[in-house]
Amino acid sequence: MVAVAECFRGDGELLANPIGTIPMIGGRLARATFEPDLAMTDGEAALVANDRAVVPPDERVIEYWNPYRSMFDWVWSGRRHVMMGASQVDRYGNQNLAAIGDYGRPRVQLLGYRGAPGNTINDPTSYWVPNHSPKVFVEKVDTVTGIGWDRAAALGPAARFVDIRRVVSNLGVFDFETPDRRMRLRSVHPGVTVDDVVTATDFELETAADVPESRLPTPEELELIREVIDPEGAREREVPDPD
Amino acid sequence: MTDKLMTEEEVVGRLRSGMTIAIGGWASRRKPMSIVRAIVRSDLADLTIVTHGGPDLGLLCAAGKVRKAIYAFVSLDSIPLEPHFRAARQAGTIEDEPLDEGLFHLGLQAAAWRLPFLPSRAGLGSDLLRDNAGLRTFTSPVPGRNGEGEELVAMPAFRLDASICHLNRADRRGNAMYLGPDLYWDDLMLQAAPDGGRFISAERIVETADLRDQGCIHQLRISRMMVDGVVSAPGGAHFTLCEPDYPRDEAVQRAYAASAGSPEAWAAFRAEWIDVAEAEYQRRVGDTTA
Repeated sequence: MVAVAECFRGDGELLANPIGTIPMIGGRLARATFEPDLAMTDGEAALVANDRAVVPPDERVIEYWNPYRSMFDWVWSGRRHVMMGASQVDRYGNQNLAAIGDYGRPRVQLLGYRGAPGNTINDPTSYWVPNHSPKVFVEKVDTVTGIGWDRAAALGPAARFVDIRRVVSNLGVFDFETPDRRMRLRSVHPGVTVDDVVTATDFELETAADVPESRLPTPEELELIREVIDPEGAREREVPDPD
Repeated sequence: MTDKLMTEEEVVGRLRSGMTIAIGGWASRRKPMSIVRAIVRSDLADLTIVTHGGPDLGLLCAAGKVRKAIYAFVSLDSIPLEPHFRAARQAGTIEDEPLDEGLFHLGLQAAAWRLPFLPSRAGLGSDLLRDNAGLRTFTSPVPGRNGEGEELVAMPAFRLDASICHLNRADRRGNAMYLGPDLYWDDLMLQAAPDGGRFISAERIVETADLRDQGCIHQLRISRMMVDGVVSAPGGAHFTLCEPDYPRDEAVQRAYAASAGSPEAWAAFRAEWIDVAEAEYQRRVGDTTA
């Protein structure tokens, strides 16, 4: 959650749009602590000011009516930082949400392209992967739905708004702050070794000689998550507490 | 005054095999299911379906009505992936024309405005340009801030033959309103279809003079100039969500999803929930929720 929150540090006043339980809690944590001006959705048709991640409809503090169609106003104007899922992601941050196998006759049909092409070409994008494995962190994704840094480089000026920021998995945090924008292991979560991450990754990761550990939540952040943002413990259903 | 009231079967009677039909709503929300079920029971075939896909597309795939799907995603919301659509894709029984959600919006808007295409950045660099042969890139004839024309994607106007949407309230002339949080793309879908092919169903038909008191003025977003036929369909979106009239019927949706498991399961679901007259369907819904 803290690693997710850190993805939004420095974003200021834009639509932070983390999709999924853990990303939503992490985004709320960022806003409740170091990024107070982030705007966030209720997962449906409103931008809400509540710190709590899942709010009963009549307890929402609504800032703006945001039907699905309005989302493209934010996306196309560059005022959104989305955190999407990825069924596959590769070393340059190309994402696949659409289908596993040959696209024409897929082995496994997934959701579709959704908004990934438009998100990645227009706005900062990060990814959340709760199940880090060589089947997800692949050498080459089967279908590029969200474009990565290599595709952006090939496009030239047309890709000037592309900004694939981070990937957060259940094992560590990854960025693309390398000369050729290959994925780099930025930190490993407590209890995870660099070897664990390398073994669970199908491509060669850039790793520093001394990879730091992801920072732990502060006591204040822990209290916020437990008491305010996610009092029902929805987070435990996605990443079980190791205790 | 033109009275546009008709039945689901009369809507189906105006459709033809091979047509391209847009279906309103979003995933498993406010879908015109009573008309979709009537299509499943009909002789129509080889349809191209344009949709923010949910059980509308899935049902039509399961019934063998779909030649091609045009969509950005297909989901049942509470069940993230649509099993009947997946089965059709994995069996290779339907053609596939994938889109980005934003491009989908532009395809409708271009059709509504009678333009050949609208420009976007969405799609550049992605495999969408590989998987959707209708998308092309072009160099902007208008220079950008750096003085050069940039590369953009041309999203072609959808070529619809018909649109079908479900609203909360309507009058007999085709003025209609939504009462939930989101209109989705229903107004644009109706505007993107040709005259004669624009159909809505509604939870309740009211007098024109009573429309404004059903909600607020901002929700009166469907004009009779966009509509050729109106179906009175209380419960017509079932089992999808139709706020504030009723929630999604998760039990029936689960049964629907499970019916993708085998031909026998599909036959049983179809017998119970599809091959029945609408009145009998609604009686069964009443029995399950009583």
